[in-house]
Amino acid sequence: MKNEDLYQYILGIADNSLILGQRLGELCGHGPTLETDIALTNIALDLFGQTRSYYQYAAKLAGGVKTEDDVAMLREEREYRNVLLVEQPNTDFAFVIVRQYLFDEFHLLLMQELQNSKDEMLAAIAKKGIKEVSYHRRFSGDWVKRLGDGTAESNERMQQAVDDLWRYTDELFHLTKADREMIGQGIGVDVSQLRDTYYNTVTELLQEATLTVPEQEYFQKGGKEGIHSEHMGYLLTELQYMQRSYPNMNW
Amino acid sequence: MTVDLAPHIDKHLLPVLRKVSDPEIPVLTVLDLGVIREAVEENGKVYIKLTPTYSGCPAMDVIGDDLKAAFKAIGKEAEIDLVLSPAWSTDWISEEGKRKMEAYGIAPPLEESADKAALLGNKKLVKCTNCGSTNTRLVSQFGSTACKALFQCNDCEEPFDYFKCLK
Repeated sequence: MKNEDLYQYILGIADNSLILGQRLGELCGHGPTLETDIALTNIALDLFGQTRSYYQYAAKLAGGVKTEDDVAMLREEREYRNVLLVEQPNTDFAFVIVRQYLFDEFHLLLMQELQNSKDEMLAAIAKKGIKEVSYHRRFSGDWVKRLGDGTAESNERMQQAVDDLWRYTDELFHLTKADREMIGQGIGVDVSQLRDTYYNTVTELLQEATLTVPEQEYFQKGGKEGIHSEHMGYLLTELQYMQRSYPNMNW
Repeated sequence: MTVDLAPHIDKHLLPVLRKVSDPEIPVLTVLDLGVIREAVEENGKVYIKLTPTYSGCPAMDVIGDDLKAAFKAIGKEAEIDLVLSPAWSTDWISEEGKRKMEAYGIAPPLEESADKAALLGNKKLVKCTNCGSTNTRLVSQFGSTACKALFQCNDCEEPFDYFKCLK
């Protein structure tokens, strides 16, 4: 493929939205209250919408007969470029909210930079996405505050989720080969430059929520290179089941 | 940011476009909603540029199919092109559209600062579509579709959707 780096770069952004959307979709009909159930699936819908725009673009770059559905449904685990954070399971509502908040804060920073990309298509998707992602961040941030500064139990559960998920945050700012190539061309965002802003903003909100920011020096990584956690295979099994069992099926 | 409020639409195509409505809010035509960014006829074929309200709005595929069907009914082939930029804004909903929306039971979007005050600051600004009172409260930031939030009236107790301001 002529634009292999651009293709991989797009997947690096889009796969986060696909996999997080899949996790949120698992909660459809299982949210703790009707309002939160609807909110989480609405967020999933926004993420899938963004994913479609990216995959349509990626499929065009791949050329041939490849479609957006092939890109979404028919890759092997090692070919997915999402960060480890978004594939972590829906352990409880605290995990769902903390995972969402930790991703939303990053996602918003990324979109704000990506809208200035020299690639017109990526800039357009980002401009559209900013409006949606800032609304997601507002939702998840509000819940972090409400539950962190809530009852003794909600605080304890939130702290557990923060302590468990914190180790996946550093990977958000890693650069892959495709990242470096695209940054050089003025197309990609240098996410390593977003690290300080991210941790400052997140720290401030966690403190407001009376939660303790973990002092951790060891972080997990690998998702961006296709090396995923043990949860990913199960997630893909469900995601891909219909296309694998009934190739080319349509709704 | 300047917004092109007048998309290029061939006048003779308007009667057909007026027949196609939003499947989620059937009182609004695609013209009221402001999602048609261009509609021109060239050599007997109609070319339409459609913009989504929200990235994942499932109504977009249906609207695209409905547009094709509406033109097919008058013997014309239509090609739909989805455009993302400039991103759709609630400013593109026509004044008539906003009135129809309210009559249908959905509170139309407030202007940006009032919208923020209503959704974030719990200011009582959104008007109940049932009794007209502004003594209303936000129930959920997300409603039955991505474009709406759920409100309830404190006076008549009617729950209703509010179409969020998107800029």
